[in-house]
Amino acid sequence: MAQTTHPPGTGGHAASGGEGASRRDFLYLATGAVGAIGVASAVWPFIDSMNPAADTLALASIDVDLAPVQEGQAITVTWRGKPVFVRHRTAKEIEEARTVNLGDLRDPAADDTRVKKPEWLIVVGICTHLGCVPLGQKPTDPRGDYDGWFCPCHGSHYDTAGRIRKGPAPANLVVPQYAFTSDTAVRLG
Amino acid sequence: MAQAHAPQFKNPVVKWIDSRLPIFTMLDHEYNQYPMPRNVNYLWAFGAIAGIMLVIMIATGLVLAMQYAANTHIAFESVERIMRDVNYGWLLRYVHANGASMFFIAVYIHMFRGLYYGSYKAPREILWILGVLILLAMMATAFMGYVLPWGQMSFWGATVITNLFSAFPLVGDPIVTWLWGGFSVDNPTLNRFFALHFLLPFVLLGLVVLHTAALHVSGSNNPLGIDAKGPQDTVPFNPYVTVKDGFAVVVFLIFYAAFVFFAPNYLGHPDNYIPANPLVTPAHIVPEWYFLPFYAILRAIPDKLGGVLAMFGAIAVLAALPWLDTSKVRSCKFRPIYRQFFWILAIDALVLGYAGAMPAEGVWLLVARIGTAYYFFHFLILLPLLGKLERPLPLPASICEPVLKGGGRVAAGAHAKPMEKA
Repeated sequence: MAQTTHPPGTGGHAASGGEGASRRDFLYLATGAVGAIGVASAVWPFIDSMNPAADTLALASIDVDLAPVQEGQAITVTWRGKPVFVRHRTAKEIEEARTVNLGDLRDPAADDTRVKKPEWLIVVGICTHLGCVPLGQKPTDPRGDYDGWFCPCHGSHYDTAGRIRKGPAPANLVVPQYAFTSDTAVRLG
Repeated sequence: MAQAHAPQFKNPVVKWIDSRLPIFTMLDHEYNQYPMPRNVNYLWAFGAIAGIMLVIMIATGLVLAMQYAANTHIAFESVERIMRDVNYGWLLRYVHANGASMFFIAVYIHMFRGLYYGSYKAPREILWILGVLILLAMMATAFMGYVLPWGQMSFWGATVITNLFSAFPLVGDPIVTWLWGGFSVDNPTLNRFFALHFLLPFVLLGLVVLHTAALHVSGSNNPLGIDAKGPQDTVPFNPYVTVKDGFAVVVFLIFYAAFVFFAPNYLGHPDNYIPANPLVTPAHIVPEWYFLPFYAILRAIPDKLGGVLAMFGAIAVLAALPWLDTSKVRSCKFRPIYRQFFWILAIDALVLGYAGAMPAEGVWLLVARIGTAYYFFHFLILLPLLGKLERPLPLPASICEPVLKGGGRVAAGAHAKPMEKA
């Protein structure tokens, strides 16, 4: 570099050669920065093209009729390619979900924060561990130790509010965004 | 070395091309005269075998891709059509599907050979790291290839593996949505996996070229782990190694053909002949056998992020191996203590593989945990310490000395004639 050729003590950087070098350094840096921003902006369309497309997003909400689901029954609907569990809870199941000591939960959440109407529990039926579909929708399925769902892949147990109680899953079953459009109909998404 | 002189080509066309683009000189230098240590054993053939497997996979994959349709509605049927209607489709698909397993068998043996004879040590660190990158590229390619038939194991394997990335805090979920191109494993996912499954083998091929280039800088290691000291320690690659590797390739292909023709589905999972169903999880999701040790490590850690980090760490630790092993002696032949731990590691890998195939509960979870702990103990604690504590056996003065019983000088004089013993 130019400034290293200056004898010591002449104030290398203040000398004209030093100034020239620093101006050149600035030009290098500025060119490099503009180039990097240019490359990053050019790369973004490639990356973003892999995100969900408009038609995928357009299929993002569905209506579900709850009228035929009797107390104690459950149905599975497909929403955004995933199963959603809709369970018409019995009074006993609601009671079980409410009487749990929140301090004992891995992912503490009170029952009333997970439902809009106590008798209807709506959760995404995907185990939060590695994405399997837990069992417990059919009357003949194992429901785990807490009367909710049991994931056969790695043994996670969920309770009657879809909360993780035992096993490797880190979090409760996800409550999707939904709203009741009437007493017996709900819109997901 | 004597081998360094430029070859004289008689064919005028070859001569004309070579003086403009010296590919013939390069080939002659790297694959004809290239000096191989004269004492390499058949374990050194697995690099060539792995290379042949890559060629077979690309060739069969290319023609399969001409028949396969990467769409969730017809992917499964298009694979069945390959099996039933396409001329020799059954053969090409079974060669490709079993070829993945054979490729991993060859590469795993190749890696354990490197571990046993210390092939990762200076000056071959970059060679070794390129090998680890090849392993990663292979794993990604194999995983995405397994998704393409769109059977139950395809779908749920893809779901479980892509969900691994959701373990990372904050960025996890957006990354998974980005990988899927939707809100679950679906058509966009299948489409991109097909594109990547086609691309990655060529990335792999590029890495193999670099791996070979790095190998030809330092030269091959050998069972004694000492450097070749001169022409008396080496033989020219052709015909000695071409013939030996060629024989090994033929024997390996017989083993491979036995699977293709007599047990084509032995290494697969029957559930993958059930079309993918996003609403029903198979009772027991297992990856292909070559991922089982890593799957066992994933499940051994009771924390999701921890499990994911441990699994990737199990491969990352291999890349750091040249610096973790502090011993200057390469070959296990002269490391009496490390040799025993090497075999314990080999058994540990098999035990982890078995535990990975079993349900993650009870005794198998405990076995997987002990196996995982030992795996990391071996690389992170044992190897750095052993290099300092172990007293290696005396190394021979040269490669030819133990063979010729000190007659190295005679052999050096005789090397002008082709060596009879190799």
